Amino acid sequence: MAKPVLEVKDLRVSFKMYAGEVQAVRGVSFNLNKGEVLAIVGESGCGKSVTAQTLMRLVPTPPSYIKEGSSILFDGKLEITELTEKKMEQVRGAEIGMIFQDPMTSLNPTMTIGAQISEGILKHQKVGKTEAMKRATELLTLVGMSNPEERVHQYPHELSGGMRQRVMIAIALACNPKLLIADEPTTALDVTIQAQIVDLLRDIQKKTDTSIIIITHDLGVVAEIAHRVLVMYAGKVVEQGPLNDIFYNPRHPYTWGLLRSVPRLDSDNSKELESIPGSPPDLYAPPVGCAFAARCPYAMEICKEKDPAHFDVSDNHSSACWLMHPDAPKVEPPVGIGGHAHG
Amino acid sequence: MADRPILEVQNLQKHFNLGNNKILKAVDGLNFSINRGETFGLVGESGCGKSTAGRTIIRLYEATGGKVLFNGEDIHAMQGKDRQKLTRNMQMVFQDPYASLNPRMTVGKIIAEGIEINGLYSGKQKKERVNQLLRDVGLNEEHAGRFPHEFSGGQRQRIGIARALAIEPQFIIADEPISALDVSVQAQVVNLFKKLQKEHGLTYLFIAHDLAMVKHISDRIGVMYLGKLVEVATSDKLNAKPLHPYTQSLLSAIPLPDPEAQKQRQRIILQGEIPSPVNPPSGCPFRTRCPHAMPECAATMPPFKEVEPGHFAACHLL
Repeated sequence: MAKPVLEVKDLRVSFKMYAGEVQAVRGVSFNLNKGEVLAIVGESGCGKSVTAQTLMRLVPTPPSYIKEGSSILFDGKLEITELTEKKMEQVRGAEIGMIFQDPMTSLNPTMTIGAQISEGILKHQKVGKTEAMKRATELLTLVGMSNPEERVHQYPHELSGGMRQRVMIAIALACNPKLLIADEPTTALDVTIQAQIVDLLRDIQKKTDTSIIIITHDLGVVAEIAHRVLVMYAGKVVEQGPLNDIFYNPRHPYTWGLLRSVPRLDSDNSKELESIPGSPPDLYAPPVGCAFAARCPYAMEICKEKDPAHFDVSDNHSSACWLMHPDAPKVEPPVGIGGHAHG
Repeated sequence: MADRPILEVQNLQKHFNLGNNKILKAVDGLNFSINRGETFGLVGESGCGKSTAGRTIIRLYEATGGKVLFNGEDIHAMQGKDRQKLTRNMQMVFQDPYASLNPRMTVGKIIAEGIEINGLYSGKQKKERVNQLLRDVGLNEEHAGRFPHEFSGGQRQRIGIARALAIEPQFIIADEPISALDVSVQAQVVNLFKKLQKEHGLTYLFIAHDLAMVKHISDRIGVMYLGKLVEVATSDKLNAKPLHPYTQSLLSAIPLPDPEAQKQRQRIILQGEIPSPVNPPSGCPFRTRCPHAMPECAATMPPFKEVEPGHFAACHLL
């Protein structure tokens, strides 16, 4: 079997603040295979964005620190956590591309689109300006922009939100990266534009066989694009597995809650939406035991005392919940979870 | 009186003058009514004018043209005392729970402000009323002495709702009340809206861009595009049998949180983006992105007509 593009082991990231240490990421491990689309889902503050940015070493130190024992092995040979800043600059943009959430603020307003796309090409590849500009035009065609020859001379303010996100994707793809990280790429966009961008990402993934990590809180987007899903809560992975396993055979009560709180077009209006009571814990002082215990309807004594290990559901599906322990009482997932909703 | 809708919007217009002879027609001829005890959802993409519509209805903006009748009285013709009486009956919940609460006031003060202005209760009764409101929205009495920054987004939105409820209004306009919240918390707040409606017999105008959520809470839904209503129907009908091509594509663009169903779906992906409202297309505003556009669409704006009983749409195809 080919080596994974990315192997993350026990990643821990903390922010040292005046008021104490915020433990944003508390031991995250996962692998990403070539050509795979991995979705990281979770609510705000669960550490999904910090995880993604740490993969690119974009979180400034200080205040953030990658804790000892963390490992991010890229392409089977580069240990990202130990690279010097100089070496890291050769990786960013060339080996790993990133798409940010807000296309309005992530582009440079004083540079033309063409200059911004060719910037990375000029830095990482031995090509001249004319050649780089030609590549920029081709990339704009790839991301579905009309009149690319004219567009390269335009500035970001001349484009709409959806167009700007297409430009961001072109920049991220400029040097044919092995890994593309998309941090909430559609959150700032309208739903009809979101559909266009998700379609584009899927299309590009098929054409270029790039591995993609997509960070989102929208389970609809996940269902549309991902092969595998990582569910995060309070800085930890609570469940991970193939797309269909997470949607049709979820094992963690948090995943149940998340899936049930999304309204569906085909759901019954008269029923109350299921919500998860309470709110996520404070990561200045993360709770002892399972971080979800305080909001979990199935919490047992042990959940408040000891953090659960990852129990395997199948080869590639695991859940960090004490309910998975052989001695735990058998709990049936709530109605509406598991099985194919449409028969 | 019993059958008269609580709110009737008649040809409402709100235009902003941008200078240089440019006029932005944010709301351009809205017609709909809301019945007592009903939830009317207003959806559309950003820039379609749905928030401006909400703000013009409650008269945070002066209308450029048209009428808004509340219990039969024109809101935009009201003066002085009548206007204050109106605000007692009509309240608003805002989108951003971080920006819409005064950071220097305690939660108790924020909620009590309307009660004081309207002289409803004072002293011990007022305090009792504030405590009652806090309990109604799922907070507790101790929270009255705290400041907004001590609360999470979902809790702040509950405070905003308690403030709107404080003076016992009949009608609440909620402008994107949940879009700043996390999914699991959104569900909590939507359930709270539904619970309060049952308990107090409230009527809502619920403005949002998330059609799935709007469908869940609303009895009837209006879909807006570039300042105009393109379709109005009951929420079940809108979902089961959307008539306007824009509504069809909007429904189709929402990804289902169900991978298998998602794979089997035929989707309509719209090309292009919403045109600028400063320079809208002639005729039907949707024609530049419509998969069924005909020459007729560029020539005239299709009338907003009742296609089936209670189901209105504006499209030349119908």
